[in-house]
This record gives sequence, structure tokens and C-alpha cells, in this order.
Amino acid sequence: MEFNATLLGQAITFAILVWFTMKFVWPPLTNMMDERAKRIADGLAAAERGKQDLEAAEKRVADELRQAKQQATELILAAEKRANQIVDEAKDAARTEGAKLVADAKAQIDQEVLRAKESLREQVASLAVNGAEKILRKEIDAAKHADLLASIKAEF
Amino acid sequence: MASNATEYIQHHLTFWKSSHEGGFWTLHLDTFSVSLILGFIFLAVFASVARNAKMENPGRLQMFIETIVEMVDTQVKEIFHAKSKVIAPLALTIFVWIFLMNTMDLLPVDLVPMAAQWVGYTFFGADPHHTYFRVVPSADVNATFAMSLSVMLCIIGFSISAKGLGGWIKELFTAPFHAEGLVMSIILAPVNFAFQLVELAAKPISLALRLFGNMYSGELIFILIALLPVAFQWILGAPWAIFHILVITLQAFVFMMLTIVYLSLAVEKH
Repeated sequence: MEFNATLLGQAITFAILVWFTMKFVWPPLTNMMDERAKRIADGLAAAERGKQDLEAAEKRVADELRQAKQQATELILAAEKRANQIVDEAKDAARTEGAKLVADAKAQIDQEVLRAKESLREQVASLAVNGAEKILRKEIDAAKHADLLASIKAEF
Repeated sequence: MASNATEYIQHHLTFWKSSHEGGFWTLHLDTFSVSLILGFIFLAVFASVARNAKMENPGRLQMFIETIVEMVDTQVKEIFHAKSKVIAPLALTIFVWIFLMNTMDLLPVDLVPMAAQWVGYTFFGADPHHTYFRVVPSADVNATFAMSLSVMLCIIGFSISAKGLGGWIKELFTAPFHAEGLVMSIILAPVNFAFQLVELAAKPISLALRLFGNMYSGELIFILIALLPVAFQWILGAPWAIFHILVITLQAFVFMMLTIVYLSLAVEKH
């Protein structure tokens, strides 16, 4: 162990090394590393935010889908209801129309029957009168018994 | 070789001095030049990496450097709680420089001295028997004490800047034993002062001697192994070298850690 000026030289070298490191090595490296750490943290935060946004969007999409489905179902229900209603209405209309037709036909038939009866009656009456005329021609004077004949006619 | 083993060992343990007379102004040129070259290598590599540091897609060298910086930064942040721009670069310099100087221990013991002898003999006509070269700067007390005394100056500087000159001087006389009355304070002042001086002196001495002792003994054992027959050297040499990889890293780390601890103690109030 011998101490000499080497110690001073080494100390000076050491001081220069420390000074240089302090000036040109440490700050740029640590600044860069800090900045990188910050950037990574920012990136992770952004990714997290993106994930949350995505989740929210997915939720919204699901909501809207559900709403749309519900609306569609409602529309279909309303349409079915309306269709039933239309069918019912049509049935009712057809039924009343049918009834009306039947009633008309019945009325016409009644009328025809009435008319047929009338004509039949008249024919029968005239036939009867003719018959009676033929029978009575010899015994009854038309002029004499005109009121009798008219009352008979009216009775038919 | 065995006949002049003592001479061999002594040759390996002699410094390359700037003058043969000795005395204070003699320089150990080997210690000085090797540590200077290693220091410049450290600065060149680190500064070029720092200058070209890429935030994205860093290269392998940059990642390696960043790992070291990160390690030092973590230790400093864990131990040293005050704000200081000096301490982290100081710790980094200590760690890397000491590690590089210690690494010289892993070079074959005869490689650099023989190269020095050959260069000296071929180009300068120097006598090989009087050409010395010790390649491990940290096995030189001058190198280790240069660092530890610089650290001690930093300790004093940190103390003064944290507590003020008056506060520091006051603490020299009032800690570690606190007294209540004036009389007791006066009685305890010299005791405290002695304790503080011992504490202050013990730090650089223990730092320097720990590193020096480890490196010197490591070097000496390598030299002793080199005295064995060539065929058997690896049996001891390889395990010792492998173990020494741990030692050189550990010693550099310990020196750095203790420096940080001492400096953090210096700025904290007792």
C-alpha cells in the first residue's frame, strides 16, 4: 500500500466521469425512458378507453336491435289484428248482403206468387163464370141477373 | 518458475511508476492509464447510446444499457429520498467504472504484463525485468481511495447543502448523544465530535479497503494459480474465475449501494 499522486489523478478522472455522466448520459437516457413509460401508459389507457367505448357501442346496438324487434313484433300484431278485423268486416258485409239478397228474392217470389194467385183467381173466376154462364145461359138472363153475377165475381 | 516464484509474484505486484525514486508525486501509470481507458470506454458507449436512444424498437445494446440505468435508478429512488441530480449519475459511474476495472482481473495474469514487456523491449529498448504493469486498477489503493474519498467529500457536501454549514457543524457536536442541559451538552460535545469523526473516516476507509482487499486477493490468487504446472492451472483457475465474475459484480454493486446509503444518511436529519 503506497499512496501517491495517482490518487489525485484517479480522483480527477472520477470527477470528470461523474460530471460527464451527469451531463450527457443520465438525463437523456432517463428522460427518454420516462417518456416511453408515459407513452406506454397512455397507450394502455387509450386501449382501455377503446374497449369501454366498444362495450358501450355493443350495448347500444343490442338495445336498438331489441327495440327494433319489439317494434316489428308490434307491427305484425297490429297487422294481424287489422287483417282479422277486415276479414270480419268482409264477413259481416257478405252476410248482410246475402241476407238482403235472400230477402229481395223472397219478396220477389212472394210478389210472383201473389201475381200468379191473382191471375189464377181471375182465370178461375172467369172459368167459373164462363161455366156458370154456359150452364145458366138457358135459364138465366144476363141482364136480369147482372148484380148477382157481379157479386159472385167479387167473391172470387 | 518455482525457483523464482517470489520474484515472479513480486514482479506482478509492482506498479509501473512514472519515476523510480518514489515519493508522493510518483504516478502509477498502469493504474492511471487502464482506468482512464476504461472510463472513456464507459463514457463512449453510454453517451453514444444515450445520444442515439430510440424510444421505440430499441436495439440490444440500448436495452442492456437501459437495464443498468434502470437498476441504478431503482436503487437510488428506493434509498435516497431527497432530490438530487448528482447522486444517480454518481452511482451509475461508480458501478460501471468499478465493474470495468474489476473485470481486468479476469484477463490472464501474464497477458498484459507480457505485452507491456514486449512493447517496452521492442520499441523503447526497456529491460523486461524492470517493466511492470498491473492491469487491475481497483487492486491499487490509490484508485479505490480516490473514489471513496471523493464519496466522502460528497457526503460532507450533501450534509452541508441539506442542513447548512451551521447545522452540519452543530450536528458534529450534538449527535449521536443528545444532551438536555448546557453542561451536559458541553461535556458530550467532544465525545460526539470524536464519534462523528470516526464515523466520517470509517466510511471511505471501509469502502476503499473492501474493494481493494477483494481485488488484491483475487489478483494474488490468480498469480498463485499461474505458478502451478500449466496442465493443472485450469482445475483451480476456471472455478476461481467463474466465482470471480460474481465477486467483481458484487463489489461494484456494494460500492454503489453503500455510496447511495451514505449520501442518503448525510441528507437526513439525525
